[in-house]
Amino acid sequence: MINNTEAVRVIDSKRGDAVFVATMNANNVSFGLPTVTSNEQLDFPISGAMSKASSVGLGLALAQPQRKIMILDGDGSLLMNLGSMVTVSNKAPTNLYHFLFDNGVYAVTGGQPVPGRGRADWEEMAKGAGYAAVFNFDNLEDLTTGIDEVLASTGPVFVRLAVAPEIENTAVEDRPRPARSVLTAFKELPEALAKG
Amino acid sequence: MTTQEAVIHPAAIINELKKNDVTHVVWLPDSETNFMYELLTGDSSLDLVPVCREGETMAIAAGLWVGGKKPVVLIQNTGIFESGDSIRGLGLDVHQPLVMLIGYRGWSRHGLTNDSAARFIEHILHAWGINYYLIETDDDAQRITLALAEAERDQKPVAVLVGTEFGA
Repeated sequence: MINNTEAVRVIDSKRGDAVFVATMNANNVSFGLPTVTSNEQLDFPISGAMSKASSVGLGLALAQPQRKIMILDGDGSLLMNLGSMVTVSNKAPTNLYHFLFDNGVYAVTGGQPVPGRGRADWEEMAKGAGYAAVFNFDNLEDLTTGIDEVLASTGPVFVRLAVAPEIENTAVEDRPRPARSVLTAFKELPEALAKG
Repeated sequence: MTTQEAVIHPAAIINELKKNDVTHVVWLPDSETNFMYELLTGDSSLDLVPVCREGETMAIAAGLWVGGKKPVVLIQNTGIFESGDSIRGLGLDVHQPLVMLIGYRGWSRHGLTNDSAARFIEHILHAWGINYYLIETDDDAQRITLALAEAERDQKPVAVLVGTEFGA
């Protein structure tokens, strides 16, 4: 399994001017995007909108076809919005890269298993939904050597990452909060995009 | 005394959208908006984004909006009930100036309606503080322009209830 933060770090190292649309696990202050980001102005955290990273990412990909849009999704989140995989493949944005952080649990609510853990096959679901290319990594070395091929592929691309669960069990009010709110990100992203 | 035919044509809606530089229609088909499909697919100036479930629409629209485009959402009132968290989190909370065209299933000016989709929808919009306009004829279509202006001015979602099925 891949360490969550290390997975984000590898993707971030190759992002260039890509926008990160991140939800829940991939955006967790303790082990996700904010700890390693190299271009915060192009980070688009939408933790408050459960399951909708893939949908927001699709909208951005259609609006900004010249720029890579990288969705950092969670398995619990995507399970709530499975139809979006078909919606994405139907519009077929060539600049959309959908990374799924698959840890098998609802990490931010205490680690309860997600439905279908060990049964549902994300790689097959992505192929069946119609993504142009599908990758599957379960160790950091393969991800590190394979990331260039992933990002050289024409989208929409789906990448399943088997990540180790990092369970949040502290009280919600005691958890660290991201420095940038969702609303701030919405206000700042258009200006960042306009800079090219 | 003359009576006006209670019908709205899809061309009237589309003309209003184009007049206001709308770029994308994010939608899931319903019987109230059925006849728009052929016109929309044949019109290259409006990009149609079909979805599998209505809650996707506000989220896709949010991405389009923050990316510099001007989308509208087109779904049925039943889909609004399904979309509550998207309207909250990606409409109201982030001040998205989104116009939602909503097929008003069960709407009637006459007698009682037994359709709970019709009985609840205006109450739901009131609860969210979302203003709305009703359109039933081609003459009403200009209310879409009012809704788009209001959404932009107030930086929040505005609804347009489509009260009759479209004429062919």
